[in-house]
Amino acid sequence: MLTFVARKLGGLIATLVVASVVIFAVLEVLPGDPASLMLGVNAQPDTIAALRSELGLDQPAAARYLSWVGGFFVGDFGISYTYRVPVAELIADRAMVSLPLALMALILSTAIALPLGTLAAAGHNRWPDVSIMSFAQLGVAVPNFWFGILLVYLFAVTLRWLPAGGFAGWDAGLGPAFASLALPAIALALPQAAILARVMRSALLDVLHEDYIRTARAKGLTAGSTIWRHGVRNALIPVLTILGLQFAFLIAGTIIIENVFYLPGLGRLIFQAVAQRDLIVVQSLVVLLVASVVTVNFLVDLAYAWVDPRLRHGRR
Amino acid sequence: MSEARPRSAHAGRRSVFARALAHPSFLIGVSIAALLLAAALLSLVWTPYSVAEVVVSDRLQPPTLAHWLGTDAFGRDVFSMILVGTRNSLGVAVIAVAIGIGIGVPLGLASAAEGGLLDDVLMRGSDLVFAFPALVTAVMITAIFGPGAVNAIIAIGIFNIPVFARVTRGAARGLWSREFVLAARVAGKTPARITVEHILPNVASLIVVQGTIQFALAILAEAGLSYVGLGTQPPAPSWGKMLNDAQTLTAIAPWLALTPGLAIVFAVLGFNLLGDGLRDVLDPRLERRR
Repeated sequence: MLTFVARKLGGLIATLVVASVVIFAVLEVLPGDPASLMLGVNAQPDTIAALRSELGLDQPAAARYLSWVGGFFVGDFGISYTYRVPVAELIADRAMVSLPLALMALILSTAIALPLGTLAAAGHNRWPDVSIMSFAQLGVAVPNFWFGILLVYLFAVTLRWLPAGGFAGWDAGLGPAFASLALPAIALALPQAAILARVMRSALLDVLHEDYIRTARAKGLTAGSTIWRHGVRNALIPVLTILGLQFAFLIAGTIIIENVFYLPGLGRLIFQAVAQRDLIVVQSLVVLLVASVVTVNFLVDLAYAWVDPRLRHGRR
Repeated sequence: MSEARPRSAHAGRRSVFARALAHPSFLIGVSIAALLLAAALLSLVWTPYSVAEVVVSDRLQPPTLAHWLGTDAFGRDVFSMILVGTRNSLGVAVIAVAIGIGIGVPLGLASAAEGGLLDDVLMRGSDLVFAFPALVTAVMITAIFGPGAVNAIIAIGIFNIPVFARVTRGAARGLWSREFVLAARVAGKTPARITVEHILPNVASLIVVQGTIQFALAILAEAGLSYVGLGTQPPAPSWGKMLNDAQTLTAIAPWLALTPGLAIVFAVLGFNLLGDGLRDVLDPRLERRR
């Protein structure tokens, strides 16, 4: 197990290093000097030069890369060019919207998908299966931002049950805060749930063809408790992998959904930062997003190996 | 050369059409794809109204006989915009998938044939690409070149490369240990020739199936990018952009948010069904339990 973890950890670190170099290099070729952008067109050349040296922009690229990456280890992501506050503060502030949203969507989609997928596999080729899979086929095709617009129209514009957008803030209390995140979380969760339900169904169907399931039935277990005790638990392994892979899509979805509901999260921040050429914010955000995707997949790999010992020994 | 192929490829070929005609999701998928293609081609030569035509007096009309799907805030005909949007969506998807196949498949084939360092580099490289959600890639490209349909194509295309490389590599690796490939090696064929003559024909159906699924994903991704303003730029109509415009108007013109979304669902559903159908039709050995 230790060699397995070490190998995976090595891969994780290598990916992060290469990704950070790529991100830095790509944004390095960006036209437009942040210092002149910040000061406007009427700025004097020596004022620009002074700001450039204050921001460290006059340093060579390699030095700036190292100080940027080094800063990550002490929580110093630099100072935002436009907001003039530490990037770490800015990101932490916005993450208080994005993380709960992503988490709510994840919990919701899992809570919908696993029972439905199980039900579909248990009623294989009968009406529960056919109807659930038809909905899933449709759900996969529905763009989450369109679903979000429809939800707003129904629950905010017509029924007036929930806010159409914006974020009340956690200071306003849990009720209003969750109310502003409810529709976005549903919009994010349903298309995800459709994918996950399909995976759960096919994973469970694969498991149900195993010999140990026949043995369990032969020794007198009912169909229901066979599926629950031997089927579902084994089917969760592939489901977990897909859940990890879906994380990248969840992040992309969160970025888009925040725009539908005007939520002040990381997704809105990244668009504002791109529009304002706030390079340091874009860089740090992209690195954080990439790091979170890689880390989640690393954790899934570990969980996978912990559940299924065959993988630890490299037998795939 | 053909003697060396697995027999099932031949045995299955005669009945491909018979299987296709009996496969409901394949038939539905093909019909939807054909309809969308026809709409896209039609929009090249004819649309009910010009999508550049702004008639302010006709703005925000509900669906009527003159404007089947109503008009938008500038008085443009929504049906015409949907038609042109079809062309835009299919165009972006075709090129993005072509980039994935054109680069990913040769990489996957080479990686399966060579193994070793090339294989390691390819696998780590695809891990790296998968770490960047396509949307994040698009944000970075937009930060450099400014927004546009080409960015969407590049971002989706980059994401597709490792998808095809991995699918091809996985299938091709399994084939390299098969008897007919061993026979070809014994006969003195080079790895490159074996790849072209024996491996590629046997992974082709898998690539077609994956291509269809990626096509559906590309349509979804393009709509998302256009919606947030990173894809196709106005005044060119695109489904995602139309939804963005419609969003602020849902209280007074809810129909505007309906049709572009339905168009996206229709297209994605169609190509997904086509992919599922093709998988069963082209290679019955891969048929899922149903």
